[in-house]
Amino acid sequence: MSENYTPDSKVGKWFNDRLPLLSLASHLKDYPTPKNLNYWWTFGGILTFCLITQIVTGIVLAMHYVAHADLAFGSVEHIMRDVNYGWLIRYIHSNGASMFFLAVYIHIFRSLFYGSYKSPREVIWIIGILIYLLMMAAAFMGYVLPWGQMSFWGATVITNLFSAIPLVGESITTWLWGAYSVDNPTLNRFFSLHYLIPFLILGLVVLHIWALHVPGNNNPVGIDIKKPSKDTVPFHPYITIKDIFALLMFTILFAGFVFFAPNVLGHSDNYIPANPMVTPAHIVPEWYLLPFYAILRSVPDKLGGVILMFSAIFILFILPWLDTSKVRSAVYRPIYKQFFWILVIDIFLLGYVGAMPAEGLYLVLARVGTIYYFLHFLVVLPLVGYFEKTDPIPISISEPVMTGSANLGLAKKTDEKI
Amino acid sequence: MTDTKKTNRRDFLFTATYTLGAIGVGATIWPFIDQMNPDKSVQALATTEVDITNIEPGKSITVLWRGKPVFLKRRTPEEIAEARSVSLNELKDPEKDEDRVKKGNDEWLVMLGVCTHLGCVPLADKGDYNGWFCPCHGSHYDVSGRIRKGPAPINMEIPKYEFVDNNTIKIG
Amino acid sequence: MKKFKILLLTALFLFSINLKLNAAGEQAEPIKIDWSFKGLTGKFDRSSLQRGFQVYKEVCASCHSMQYLSYRNLGEPGGPEFSEAEVKAIAASFEVSDGPDAQGEMFTRPGRPSDKFVSPYPNVKAAAAANGGAYPPDMSVLVKARKGGANYIYSVLVGYEDPPAGVTLDDGVYYNKYMIGNKIKMPNNLSDGLVEYADGTSATVDQMAKDVTTFLAWAAEPELEERHKTGIKVMIYLILLSILVYLSMKKIWSRIDSEM
Repeated sequence: MSENYTPDSKVGKWFNDRLPLLSLASHLKDYPTPKNLNYWWTFGGILTFCLITQIVTGIVLAMHYVAHADLAFGSVEHIMRDVNYGWLIRYIHSNGASMFFLAVYIHIFRSLFYGSYKSPREVIWIIGILIYLLMMAAAFMGYVLPWGQMSFWGATVITNLFSAIPLVGESITTWLWGAYSVDNPTLNRFFSLHYLIPFLILGLVVLHIWALHVPGNNNPVGIDIKKPSKDTVPFHPYITIKDIFALLMFTILFAGFVFFAPNVLGHSDNYIPANPMVTPAHIVPEWYLLPFYAILRSVPDKLGGVILMFSAIFILFILPWLDTSKVRSAVYRPIYKQFFWILVIDIFLLGYVGAMPAEGLYLVLARVGTIYYFLHFLVVLPLVGYFEKTDPIPISISEPVMTGSANLGLAKKTDEKI
Repeated sequence: MTDTKKTNRRDFLFTATYTLGAIGVGATIWPFIDQMNPDKSVQALATTEVDITNIEPGKSITVLWRGKPVFLKRRTPEEIAEARSVSLNELKDPEKDEDRVKKGNDEWLVMLGVCTHLGCVPLADKGDYNGWFCPCHGSHYDVSGRIRKGPAPINMEIPKYEFVDNNTIKIG
Repeated sequence: MKKFKILLLTALFLFSINLKLNAAGEQAEPIKIDWSFKGLTGKFDRSSLQRGFQVYKEVCASCHSMQYLSYRNLGEPGGPEFSEAEVKAIAASFEVSDGPDAQGEMFTRPGRPSDKFVSPYPNVKAAAAANGGAYPPDMSVLVKARKGGANYIYSVLVGYEDPPAGVTLDDGVYYNKYMIGNKIKMPNNLSDGLVEYADGTSATVDQMAKDVTTFLAWAAEPELEERHKTGIKVMIYLILLSILVYLSMKKIWSRIDSEM
């Protein structure tokens, strides 16, 4: 094991005594991982890939992009038309944002289903939510950079959220803008921050993984495992090869968007240069922010809507203490499992109405969806954990596998359900 | 026997996977390198036309081509004679003056105004050889733009150019 | 594998959200044309692109700019692919302002392939003022900037009609059943035989609308053919590598499975 790892070569030993990078590599390689992890556990690796892809393509784009209100739109067209492979790199970056969120949502829902946020993994979860928040900030600011109509009006609407704050709201928005409306100074600072945030995320990802390696991975059965033991496999090559296979499947979908439908996830209005005199008929955020947008619009009060939208995210920070059940995996929680799927449907519903005009039936649905969202976390979770009669839990994960009964049935069960 | 066979097949599978993966990584890296090369709009600006009607013998002008200065000097017969009288043995980078100009337009010296040492722009009519002198590290060029003294390794470069007509030179 | 199906379904759901968004509005659904550039291996029809450029040059260009295109683009692979000499001649037929010269004066000269398309008006305000207050939009990325893309542009070009009873139009406003809100400030500029195609194609309104739309689709996505070609190669590669990695994964995990 890594704790007593000594490099073979003399030079390696000399170096490792001074900076134990080789010990770290050995730890990562041998890291005992539950052998029953399913494909939902591959999204951590996929997300790392997404982050690196965004950073690399982003650095390249910044070499050609001009952060100026008069030149930004043209510089993006310059990238698309003149820069060698510019179109490819930009489409990877713009679709990469969507793929990043797709992966992070699957990752979050996996955690919700298998109870990965519960003790002793609360800190991993909280760091994860911080990453998610920063991702939203980065994505929002990145969307402003092409300086199209949606960029401009998206920036206007989102920054105006802060004007809802009593007394100082107006000063805060003016401060955010650096002008009396979204303008060139806003674009410049958004570019600066958009460049910075991914590196903050990278730092948090290191902490996220560090915090993960303390208790080790949760697993589909959700029970604690001895490590290393028959229940675990070394991370390399077992988990790496599986992660790579899943990553390839993900990349096929990714490449499908980049090469054959690069603009389908975007909004056509963003190819119209920003015009402060004309608002587009329909302002919609990118798809990954739609559920929160629906919550915002479901409240007829400005401040109330803003508070509720931010609460919808911040409530996730206290999730580990809202869920009172000691059993982690939803596989053994018949009642929670049903509520989990209702929550999934609810969030899809919110996403759908977030894309629709805020009127009539859509508004009613948005309100129902919003109320259920909060009910799930504030009422359902504490109560279900308290009253639910859970199914019997296996003692270890390899034992049922050896008898070929419970875990096989379990694997099948999860397959069907998810 | 069967054991080794098995190992071989496994090795082959892994080798094939690694190889194909490495090819993909390599192919992916290329766009990220190539994006820093001159783009299509830069490549398209690769030629410049210069009007030389008003340049008197003995005078020179400097124009910008591909972001670098180009010296166009209309030399006097004395200067040409001086340039051609130099024996090739005296030169660090032996090159005949005749080879540095277009035949029939021998009075015109069209030359990239960049010192071949480290890229500074030499000063005209300075130095020990009636040509150019680079202030950065003291390279002396003669009236044909050939290096005569100092750290520069080779003569100043002659770009591709042509006479469109008697009054116009197209560089590039 | 079922899991990946669900992944795909999620993606499809996201698609459907987007499609539903595109469908919003009161104007008629755009006519669906089977464009040659549709689909995974779609390519532009070269002669249609060349004819489309002619329509743009002779009809659209008097009001619409295409400021992000250069004349050299007309000769680049994947586009109309005019010959080098044709591109030079096209560029030279435009007067480009350049300068300042040695005296500090601006001057005009014949265009070169490296020049951007000359705009009909010096700026947006001048363009709006000359067109009854409506700025004729820049057409460089117009196809990407409209819901419905090429189908929508084509439909608007052929969608002029007399207004239905009860609809009154101001001066300089025209009725178009595909336009958002059905009102458009651009008059119907196409009429049969308006341009004379060099290749002998008969210049009907429908033909001209198709050609110029094809040209605009290329202008908005000049990388389309290269993108499709690269995409096919990337997909084949990814599938092959996936198969190898899958087999390797099975091999590696068989060590664990046989232990049990």
